[in-house]
Amino acid sequence: MSAKIQIKNFNLWYTDFHALKDVNISVEEKRITAMIGPSGCGKSTLLRAINRINDTIEGVRVNGEIIVGGKNIYSENTDVDILRRNVGMVFQRPNPFPISIYENVAFGLKVNGIASRKSVIDETVQQSLEAVLLWDDIKHKLKKSALTLTLEQQQRLCIARVIAVKPQIILLDEPCSSLDPVATQRIEELMIQLKDIYTIVIVTHNMQQAARVSRDTAFMLLGELIEFAETGKIFTNPNRKETDDYVSGRFG
Amino acid sequence: MFNKRFLSPKVSQKISYAILFCATILAIIPVSIIVFIIIKNGASAITWEFLTSMPKDGMRGGGIFPAIIGTLSIVLCAITITLPIGVCAAIYLNEYAKDNLLTRVIKLAIVNLAGVPSVVYGLFGLGIFVMFLQLGVSIVAGALTLSIMELPVIITTARGALSSVPHSFREASLSLGVSRWQTIRHVVLPNALPGILTGAILSIARVSGETAPIMFTAAAFYVPHLPKSAFDQVMALPYHLYIISTQIPNMPRNIIFGTALVLLMMVLSMSLIAIIARIYFRKRRKW
Ligand SMILES: Nc1ncnc2c1ncn2[C@@H]1O[C@H](COP(=O)(O)OP(=O)(O)O)[C@@H](O)[C@H]1O
Ligand SMILES: [Mg+2]
Repeated sequence: MSAKIQIKNFNLWYTDFHALKDVNISVEEKRITAMIGPSGCGKSTLLRAINRINDTIEGVRVNGEIIVGGKNIYSENTDVDILRRNVGMVFQRPNPFPISIYENVAFGLKVNGIASRKSVIDETVQQSLEAVLLWDDIKHKLKKSALTLTLEQQQRLCIARVIAVKPQIILLDEPCSSLDPVATQRIEELMIQLKDIYTIVIVTHNMQQAARVSRDTAFMLLGELIEFAETGKIFTNPNRKETDDYVSGRFG
Repeated sequence: MFNKRFLSPKVSQKISYAILFCATILAIIPVSIIVFIIIKNGASAITWEFLTSMPKDGMRGGGIFPAIIGTLSIVLCAITITLPIGVCAAIYLNEYAKDNLLTRVIKLAIVNLAGVPSVVYGLFGLGIFVMFLQLGVSIVAGALTLSIMELPVIITTARGALSSVPHSFREASLSLGVSRWQTIRHVVLPNALPGILTGAILSIARVSGETAPIMFTAAAFYVPHLPKSAFDQVMALPYHLYIISTQIPNMPRNIIFGTALVLLMMVLSMSLIAIIARIYFRKRRKW
């Protein structure tokens, strides 16, 4: 199954507010795609449409298609839970559950019934924590509450929790916005490593971050996709004046 | 214009502080006096025997054991009925119900039900449980009546506890492909449980002292033995207190106040447990 994401003529309304207007993007497999734009332009909304977590908000209506793995996820017969297992999400503020580190990573496996044998779960927990480079730091305190970790570690843990249910796509919504610059850099390094295995879409208000990690960049403004191209082009030679104004800091 | 005030900010700050402090003192004075009088007049009656033996001499002597057991069995039976129903209703209203007219009407009804006078519940219980369902005057009939009375309170506190579980936990769980119901079961409920349970304890404390709802449905004037089944009548502390204070001539004062003291201690200790539990859970919780 291809992990390509194709967003076609996608519209979203919060009750009467038209938050996404005819968005078209094609996200390629196993690379990092960034979404940038001023606050309130609809980046999070678009990201949250890809795993249909917007469905939980009352009054949300959509129109258009988002195709993941060859299927329109907004078609009637989509199993949202299976979709979300395949399309993991990491949020702006680290949000580990107030339970042990181990239980956090094992949560999806256990509750979804993906694995029940302890040896299998143990192994997945270890692999997931290794994948986010957290294992060596915390392998001796897996039973401790996840809330005792630093913010950076918590965010890594949240990524591990997603990886444990074996998604193909990982969506990250400003994952570094509550972290300091050093932690931010380390999470960026982690994302660059992870892109060999996962298709990654990252929302960021930090243009340098987009420039550093992503291959493609989408620039949004007031619910519209203004321009979508290779990151280098967006930052050095964009087609649209709005993009140029924004990336060169002349926005507003 | 700010420095032309009649009083300097410091002085007005002090005055408002004094007024607020006095109001607080005024609020606790009556309660303290009541507690003081009850302890002063009732403490001499409290003995191990008083708590664990049957009444004697037309209730002028002996103990209040059957009334204690009666009250405990009614209120515990009531909470066992209310808690699951109330929590389910709260989950439905908080997690599933769409925000439409029907839901709003239901929510409004629940809020208003909490304000219905308890004697109305008593009469309702008499009509429905005692007479129509022919449960007779019994623990079940009283417990059902109390549980209906507790229901709005339990639903409201349970909803509060559910809403206080951060939205980010639900999103984290849903985004792992965990279904809505499993998210409620494995994330929302465990985190809301302390709040739900403290609410339940407080509600037990509140109804333990209620006389009107059990007067027609469960309580008996005098039953000199313990209940054998849930369909028996029982003595109950608040009703017993009402009887011995008004219906029995030459009742020793210290037994009346002693009974009041036992009821008071029962209610206060339950509230205290709830408060301590709340502090304990609040300390443990870090979000
Ligand atoms: N739950 C919601 N209900 C109504 N409007 C919302 C909701 N969430 C976001 N919006 C609105 O949608 C627009 C886009 O929001 P968002 O996607 O969060 O922007 P961004 O992530 O780019 O800052 C904003 O104008 C915001 O006010
Ligand atoms: Mg956002």
